[in-house]
Amino acid sequence: MPTRSRLHVPAPPARPGQPPDFSYLQLSPAGAVARPETTSSWRETMAAATGLIRVLDDKHRALGPWNPRLEPADLQVGLRHMLLTRLYDDRMVRSQRQGKLSFYMKSTGEEAVSVAAGMALQPGDMLFPAYRNQGLQVVRGRPLVELMCQLLSNTRDMCKGRQLPVMYHSAAANLFSISGNLATQFPQAVGWAMAAAIKGEEHVAATWTGEGSTAEADFHHALLFASVYRAPVILNVVNNQWAISTFQGTAGGEQNSFAARGPAYGLPGLRVDGNDFLAVYAATRWAADRARTGGGGTLIELVTYRAAAHSTSDDPTRYRPKNEPECWPLGDPIERLKQHLVSLGEWSDARHAALSEELDAQVSAAWQEAVKYGTLTEGPRLDRDLMFEDVFKELPEHLRRERELLRAELAAAV
Amino acid sequence: MAKMNMIQALNSAMDIAMGRDPAVVVLGQDVGFFGGVFRCTDGLQRKYGEHRVLDTPIAEGGIIAAAIGMGVNGLRPVAEVQFADYVYPAYDQIVSELARLRYRSAGDFHAPVTVRMPCGGGIRGGQTHSQSPEVLFAHVCGLKVAMPSNPYDAKGLLIGAIEDDDPVILFEPKRLYNGPFDGDPNKPAVPWSTHAKGEVPTDHYTVPFGRAEIVRAGTQVTIIAYGTMVHVAAAAAQALQLDAEIIDVRSLVPLDVDTLCASVCKTGRCVIAHEATRFAGFGAELAATVMEHCFWNLEAPIQRVAGWNTPYPHAFEWEYFPGQARVALALQAVMEPK
Repeated sequence: MPTRSRLHVPAPPARPGQPPDFSYLQLSPAGAVARPETTSSWRETMAAATGLIRVLDDKHRALGPWNPRLEPADLQVGLRHMLLTRLYDDRMVRSQRQGKLSFYMKSTGEEAVSVAAGMALQPGDMLFPAYRNQGLQVVRGRPLVELMCQLLSNTRDMCKGRQLPVMYHSAAANLFSISGNLATQFPQAVGWAMAAAIKGEEHVAATWTGEGSTAEADFHHALLFASVYRAPVILNVVNNQWAISTFQGTAGGEQNSFAARGPAYGLPGLRVDGNDFLAVYAATRWAADRARTGGGGTLIELVTYRAAAHSTSDDPTRYRPKNEPECWPLGDPIERLKQHLVSLGEWSDARHAALSEELDAQVSAAWQEAVKYGTLTEGPRLDRDLMFEDVFKELPEHLRRERELLRAELAAAV
Repeated sequence: MAKMNMIQALNSAMDIAMGRDPAVVVLGQDVGFFGGVFRCTDGLQRKYGEHRVLDTPIAEGGIIAAAIGMGVNGLRPVAEVQFADYVYPAYDQIVSELARLRYRSAGDFHAPVTVRMPCGGGIRGGQTHSQSPEVLFAHVCGLKVAMPSNPYDAKGLLIGAIEDDDPVILFEPKRLYNGPFDGDPNKPAVPWSTHAKGEVPTDHYTVPFGRAEIVRAGTQVTIIAYGTMVHVAAAAAQALQLDAEIIDVRSLVPLDVDTLCASVCKTGRCVIAHEATRFAGFGAELAATVMEHCFWNLEAPIQRVAGWNTPYPHAFEWEYFPGQARVALALQAVMEPK
């Protein structure tokens, strides 16, 4: 028996060269976790906060109380959005490798987290995404050309060249501006929801952050304010196991689930299979219905796996086993929804291949158009004067002077 | 017009802004039922309800983040940070988020948040209730920053801040809340009712950002100051019987370069005074600006008066505070350069 304290340093079960090991994951069979009423106390979500809400089983059947009973047509839309997100990601990484983009971040393996949640919410609901939620942009119908122009910082860039690639926004589509600082959007979403409640509107806010970013004080502030003011907000933690090289245990996931932090603040907590489209949809709807009817906020943990690198600047084989993605026990969200639809007789390999081809062509056509508006290295560029705009609503005198100085500097340069 | 101290003037500003625009909300620690530890929000919750004057958890980062979200959703939040010394947990939300939201979203999103915070020493606050961190915000692109030196400006700047679509950080020198202060703690306190700037319109008006005020016209030397130091510097110049031109900067960002530099070009001498620490303080920016514009008119090196480069010590408050003696030495140095 140890007689003195000993510093515990969480370690992932496997590093490069070791066999992958996901035995640390607490799994529940599909359909096993009870579904409390949306009006019930957070106390009745204790089991859902540590269990795992799953609908799709290994035989691709939809089981249990969380089955949202969506129409096949809706499932096909979800499949299309997820597949488009993946093909878009793949193509953008290739473009980055070709030197056309400075940087990119894929969401491979995490498509259901964004697409299913996005479909479960209403257009008037305000979304505060993190940087790996491109599926939300797809669900809200943002044209691919528009997204690509942002990545290219070109003449049609919605951010006017001010943001790193993937930091999209759309005021018209209620998609908040993505910050490169992590978790800052979490308490902002709560503030947005508080304002909705103050104004008596029925819209809810939803936000996403990674499990690594839950370590930030902003996460604590968000849960605290959501609980104190019963703000209509859905707080999503995307637990994809890895924050660059840092294993989820270092963010505090070793001793308890991230969803369990909800009940600690008096908020419901739902721990959800993030690769199960139906489970993500059902959990989001549960939280949205609860928020819309005055029940306040919910914390949802989406258990998933970052199948690709953190970003195009990252090489995950340096810190995790090369074959770890293949061993992830919750499978692939696209493949699982596809097989479910096949089992319903509503989909086939042939239809899937045709859809894949159609969407690939859509991505290619969008790229051909986007690059016409300029890339980092070729074609038209944004007006440099734009650099000085939008610091303030109106251009102040000191920035007017600096704009003149830059013009003079460029004129003097040979 | 009515006689108001700075607390009443700030209260009146929020009252008027809330009365005119239902989108204006106030939030912060102790601001609701209690009316704030300095009483600046006294009575507002009773008048406008607990949905518009919110008591918050002790979480400055959460307060500012919530205010940003509210601002994005159409409200005009006025957030109080109980002491400027407590603002640092909110620094990321202010610097990385509030200040840059309009820029990063190319104008598609903005949050018209006003952040109020009492600052400065002279109230036996020690090193955690006396700081003047204005330069940490003046350095950040996208924030307007102001510090009034009297009730009239406090009300006008605050109404202007609330109505401004850009984020504003308003520093309130708490030693001036109840009366002007010339730097001598041994004199009996003087109330604002004896001062011309304690006469405040009861209705709506604004003091524009980006405009300094010539508090006293003079010919021999220009003193550039803001906050408490406006009063300290004026007293020091008077004691030396100097015909000083005293300028209250009021608005640090945007800065009224024309007014400052026209004065220094006229007098040829310049003393800059603030309570914050000297090294990389806002005075350095003012001195550089004056030097660039007035170099050929200067008769003497610019002098800076500031707090020492130490934390604000409880036991040596008045040795730390840049009082009349420190201002007088700087004035003498600038009048008779060695």
